[in-house]
Order: sequence, then structure tokens, then C-alpha cells
Amino acid sequence: MNLSKTYTTHFILLFVILLVLFITNISLGSVSIPLKEIFNLLSGGVASKSSWETIIISYRLPKAITAILVGSGLSISGLLMQTLFRNPLAGPFVLGISSGASLGVALLILGSSVFGGFFLVAIYSNWALAIAASAGSFLVLSSVIIAANRVRNTMSILIIGLMFGSLTSAVISVLAFFSEAEQIQQYLFWSFGSLGNLTWAELSVFGIIYLVGILGTFLVIKPLNSFLLGENYAKSLGINIKKSRNIILLITSILTGVITAFSGPIAFVGLAVPHIAKMIFSTSNHKILLPAVALIGAIILLICDSIAQLPTSEFTLPINAITSLFGAPVVIWLLIRKKKIYV
Amino acid sequence: MLGKNGIGKSTLLRTISKVQKPLKGVVKINQKELSSYSNQELSTCLSLVLTERLPLSQLTVFELVALGRQPYTNWIDKLTQEHLKKILWAIEQTEITHIKNKRFYELSDGQLQRVLIARALAQDTEIIILDEPTAHLDIHHTFKVFSLLKKLVKNTGKTIIISTHEVNLAIQLADEFILLSESQLYTGTSQELIEQNAFEELFPKELISFNKTLEQFVIKKN
Repeated sequence: MNLSKTYTTHFILLFVILLVLFITNISLGSVSIPLKEIFNLLSGGVASKSSWETIIISYRLPKAITAILVGSGLSISGLLMQTLFRNPLAGPFVLGISSGASLGVALLILGSSVFGGFFLVAIYSNWALAIAASAGSFLVLSSVIIAANRVRNTMSILIIGLMFGSLTSAVISVLAFFSEAEQIQQYLFWSFGSLGNLTWAELSVFGIIYLVGILGTFLVIKPLNSFLLGENYAKSLGINIKKSRNIILLITSILTGVITAFSGPIAFVGLAVPHIAKMIFSTSNHKILLPAVALIGAIILLICDSIAQLPTSEFTLPINAITSLFGAPVVIWLLIRKKKIYV
Repeated sequence: MLGKNGIGKSTLLRTISKVQKPLKGVVKINQKELSSYSNQELSTCLSLVLTERLPLSQLTVFELVALGRQPYTNWIDKLTQEHLKKILWAIEQTEITHIKNKRFYELSDGQLQRVLIARALAQDTEIIILDEPTAHLDIHHTFKVFSLLKKLVKNTGKTIIISTHEVNLAIQLADEFILLSESQLYTGTSQELIEQNAFEELFPKELISFNKTLEQFVIKKN
């Protein structure tokens, strides 16, 4: 087919944009570092000031890489969910993954005042937050998957996921009601989302789990394409529906779970990026869409992160607010222009 | 397959194509029980054209037909020359070459139906089952679909099972019938069924009746 030929330019262009944004993102921040020094550092050289090296290597570089992992991972999860549920409104968080993670973190932070000082020791470490978030999302997601295997209709799974979501947020409200202001504030900060704060050790754990999820998506390209015809046709094409569904749910939970664990619940990206990719590439073929979505997701999160640190160079705005502030109007505009929305 | 609304045509078709579990009894294809076929095995001997609407995606006609090759493609769904040949053959047979680069949602009902038939053809199975393939079509397109199916049976030797409400057309075109009535199930050629007075049992007799000399249902005057 001549399909691949027509998309090569798209991919090259997106990749160049990603590279440029990656460098731009690293060069932005409260301390201005010359571009030449950055290139020098990235190619393994030594900077002329050791403080610059510290800033780049242990702060800005991991943050930019985190942005790429988070953006692409969430977008891929969103695409998987939209195709699995054949619903353009589905996103990585519909299955209660984010609410599960929130519940875990809420129990850790807010629970410390309710259940006494038992958890207090661990609160300030990233690892504790990550483990609590993973445990929470894993717990909620396994309940959703267990429930999902008892119903045949895919739409019911969507609703079951939403129900689990509101259950957990109710529990969080109750916890918050009994907590002190300081803890509530701390929880709030987590829910703002953050791409920074990751050490290289944390980032490598993040990266490995992310890779496992990405490799998994290659296994489901074929079922994903056949799901475009609906479940009955997919079955008649020889697809094992239950197995494929479980693999897709597992990949999504791995990707979204690890992302939420390390960077908080980041809204909008997972829902919107697949639509942007579908509009730019105007295809439904997952062989094209999956890499496209990953690239665009990474680009958008890098842009959002650059915006987040631009206006007041002293502070970084919450990434979660930027993704929605910047992204929602873009999607609204795209939809009004194109008028059609695809699964 | 003929029968009035609600008699169970779709249920029967869905059962013999393993879309749903049998309410009672067993289905066998080539002496082997349907329930012991895996989805993968079944996909190479039976293909479907269903009445359900496709989810709104940006699939082109070509891509949609190409999905019919999935039972034979490798794990990453690569289309080899042989696959391409089969796909283009299916597109040619169903006369949709001129629309093969259009998106499926741009098509008329008649065109879409032929695209879905092409997809089933590309699946290269011995049996094709179509559930009411002419449900939304005008008389011209209905006839076009029927004559296409007839041509395919003649040229390829495939078994094509369809359910339909176009009784008068079916009597002229079908080789064999499965007729579902309240009291029993009739099978055979149109002549055999006429001799058994099977068509009379198809519908309540107040409004329409079967005319044996015309071999057609006619409206009762007065």
C-alpha cells in the first residue's frame, strides 16, 4: 500500500518539532543557560559552570524526559480506551485508574490525620506517594476488571469504571472532611500534577514500566483495528475478544498507573490527543495512529510544561491546570472546524 | 431464509455463526460442533455481514475490505502481495473499485452493503452469512445485491446464506430455502416448498396470499 509513504513527512515533521521542543524545554527556567552549553552537556561534554550541569542533568533533563513519557503514555492509553469502548469520550481515566490513585494518595496524606501518625513518616518521600498511588489504582482497576469479566457488554464496563470513580471520590471527600487544612493542601498539591521532582532512580523505574506497556501495544494492533468494526465482526475475524480486552485494559492500567503514581493525575491529554492525531492524520489505522498519538502527546506535554514555567520564571504553575487551559480551547476549536468526531 | 418478523431468523443466523450461544441443540459445520471451533478456526470457514451499524471511524473502503484478511495476516497485520490480490479481487467482484478510497461513512446504504460483502469475500471462506442484506435498500439496489450474491455463488461455489423479507425476489433467485413458520421449519427448493404449501404458512392470511401460478405473494383485493 502507498499509505506509509504519505505519512512519512508527517512523522518526520513531528519528530523535528519534538526535538526542537525538547531542547527549548531544557533551555527554559529560572536560570538562563546558553544554548551552546546545553548542546555541549547533552552530547556528554562538561559545562563551564558546575551549577549549570547540576540544573540540567539532575533537574531539567529528567523533567523533559518525564514530560515525554507522560504525554505519550497518557495519549496511547486514551487511544486504546477510545477504540476498546468505541466511544470518543473515553480516556485513560474512565476506568477509575486516576480515582484509584487519588484514593491511595488521599489515604496516605489525609489518612495520617484520621488514623493517627502511623503514615506520617513516609509522607514526604516521592516513593511513598508513588507506591500509594500505584496500589490504589491497581486495587480499583482490578475490581473494575473483575466486574468487567462478568458483563458481556463493553459499554457496561465504561459505566462500572465511572461508578468506581465516584465511589472513590466520595471516600476522598469524607477523608478530607475529617482532615486538617495542612493535609488537605498537601493532597491538593499532589492533585495539581507535577513533572519535576523525579530523581534519575525514580525515572528509570518509570521508564522500564513505561517500556513494558509500550511493547504490549504492539501485541494489540491487530485486535484494535478489528474492534473498529464492532465486537461481533472482530470475533468473526478470529479475534479472542476477552483476551484482547484484558490485554488492552492491562496495558492502560500499567501506563496510566505508573504515570499517575509519579506525576499525579494529569487531565485532558489522554482524552484530547487521540482526537488531534485522528484529525491530523485522518486515519483510523492503529499502525499509524499509535506512533502518531505518542509523538503528539509528547509534543503537547512539552509545550504545556514550557508554558507552565514561562510566565513567572521563579515558579512553576501546576501542569494539570495548563494542560486543560491550553488544550480544551484547541480541541473545541478543532471540533467546531471539523464537525465530526471519530472513535 | 424466510420468515415473518420476530420468528427468529436473526437468532438462528446468529446462532449458526457463533455470534450467540445456542438456546437449545447443537450446530455442526463440516461434521464438527460449532462450539469446538476457536474464533480463529471459524474465521477461515465462515464470514459475516451483519445488520449492526459500524462505529464511526475513518476507515476507507479499501481498509475495511482489507480487514477481511485478518485471519490470515501475521501478528502485525502486514498485507503481502497475495493478500492485496485477494482484496482487489473482492473489490472488483463487488464493483466498488471507483469508491475504494472513500471513507465508509460517505457511502450510500447500497454501496456500504456491497463494501461489507467485499469484506466478507476477502475473508475467503466457504460460507458467507448475511443478515437482511437488503433491509434499507430501494428495489434497484436490492436487486443489485441479490444478483451480485447470485453471481458469486455461480463463480466461486461458495455457500451464501441470507435472511430476507424480499420473498418474491427470493423465490425467483434462491437455490434453496429455509422457511420458518409458527408450526414448523421447511427446507428445499422453491418448487418443493410450493408443493408442500409452505409459503402459505409464512404470513397470516387476512391481507396477502400466495399465488401458486404467479409464484408470488399478492395483495388481497377487497
